Amino acid sequence: MQDHDAKPSGLTRRRMLGGMGVAGLALMSPAASAQETVDLHVPGGPSTRTMTTSYPQKGRMILQRSSPPWLETPFEVFDKGVFTPNDQHYVSWHWANFPGDIDVDSFRLTVRGLVNQTLSLSLKDILQGLPRFDIAAVNQCAGASRIYAVPRVAGAQWANGSMSNAIWTGVRLKDVLDRAGVKPRAIQVRFGGLDEPVMQDAPKFLKSLTIDHARDGEVMIAFAMNGEQLPLLNGFPLRLVVPGWCGVYWIKMLNDIEVLDQPDTNYWTATGYRVPDTPHNTVKPGETGFKMVPVTRNVPRSFITNIRDGDSVPAGAPASARGIAFGGDCGVARVDLSIDGGQSWQPTKLDADQGTYGFRQWQTQFTLPARGARTLMVRCTNTRNEAQPDFKIWNPAGYMYNTIETTHVVAA
Amino acid sequence: MLRSVLPIGAVLGLVLLPHCAQAATITALKSLKLDVPSSDAMFPAGPGSDAINNNCLACHSADHVLNQPSLSRETWQEVVNKMITAYKAPVSPDDAKAIVDYLVRIKGTS
Repeated sequence: MQDHDAKPSGLTRRRMLGGMGVAGLALMSPAASAQETVDLHVPGGPSTRTMTTSYPQKGRMILQRSSPPWLETPFEVFDKGVFTPNDQHYVSWHWANFPGDIDVDSFRLTVRGLVNQTLSLSLKDILQGLPRFDIAAVNQCAGASRIYAVPRVAGAQWANGSMSNAIWTGVRLKDVLDRAGVKPRAIQVRFGGLDEPVMQDAPKFLKSLTIDHARDGEVMIAFAMNGEQLPLLNGFPLRLVVPGWCGVYWIKMLNDIEVLDQPDTNYWTATGYRVPDTPHNTVKPGETGFKMVPVTRNVPRSFITNIRDGDSVPAGAPASARGIAFGGDCGVARVDLSIDGGQSWQPTKLDADQGTYGFRQWQTQFTLPARGARTLMVRCTNTRNEAQPDFKIWNPAGYMYNTIETTHVVAA
Repeated sequence: MLRSVLPIGAVLGLVLLPHCAQAATITALKSLKLDVPSSDAMFPAGPGSDAINNNCLACHSADHVLNQPSLSRETWQEVVNKMITAYKAPVSPDDAKAIVDYLVRIKGTS
């Protein structure tokens, strides 16, 4: 599935106008200066995307949407190590109206609602006035891999690159809430950022956690990723990090924390981001009568990163496979490889554990016995003994896809 | 596409060194002032293109729609309804019909 053939394309290459300044370039379509496309190899709709290097602080990315930006991490990045470089960490915004100009001296994070004392914290208060910690965690969109839904569904047509792993540095949300003093009747905490809807009546993008989750000591207000301040498009200057949970909860440009004594009725918490309350959140297309529940935690996934669909592998000789896995909301227990389309499985060797919620690299050797078409599969089982399913996950909005990945190769 | 996977001997030298991400020691952040690209691309011209250009591009670029899969009329109707009811796009009933017809024509399933 991770067969992304990036290739130069003369069709999308356009000549830059002489004398055009930087300001002029910023107004151009992000695709206008791109020089290559990637083929995501899916039926039922446009399969190619433009590669872009036009976004600030971002390297080469798959352009899924120009505005608000949806920028996907090219899959080959995941073969290079468990931490995704900041300049290729994927990008996803709901509303186009967010600032490109952020002054660190005037920025304030407000903590309000059901608290003893409303806080207005400067970045200095946060960076210098509270204990900091590090945590490795995968940020993955709930709609990751939606492009592989069968039948196809509407939404961001992510392939496998709307996930990225980083070491996040920040302060505990718990410590900030304790400083404000949460009152006893608090039940939820709601988070908002500097992004605003374009239409006045549209719902501002907000998400909530239960008070117990918010105070678990792992939920972080992050000011750095991989040792550097956050790129603007990943939420500078502060973003919520909810280890093990879908990226939708990781509010970017976080500037407002509201402690609630009532369940959050905001659209994004109460209505959006719903999956069927069924095993693996999967249903048959057209099926009705199931209850819908919010997306919450991540589920286990694994990928082969050094062999791509259509590759040729030597027959009768040992070859090497490697890749990444993550357990979801817990660690990776094991990753198994099948070279016979899932009939039998062999264990792989897990590399160093660099954090429960982060990517874990795996590797193994295998030998394809004879020439011909072969199907490689890789399966993660997490520390709760949950394994990736071998059937196609499907639900109406295309969330929580974690079907076992399949790579078709030719033994030659 | 056939791309050869190197035999095991050839890749042994490629040791996977993890990026040794350091715990951030930064004590202050630097202000940013950056231009985020937008897009002025319009929808392909044809019946209904005025309606979709006028009603949809305020909130998202055209590639949001053009990258969607082929979907049934019923599904496109649901998508347009969601834009109006959930995301408060101020689309008149006449324009909504023209937009659905346009989407079915350029991105329908039949």
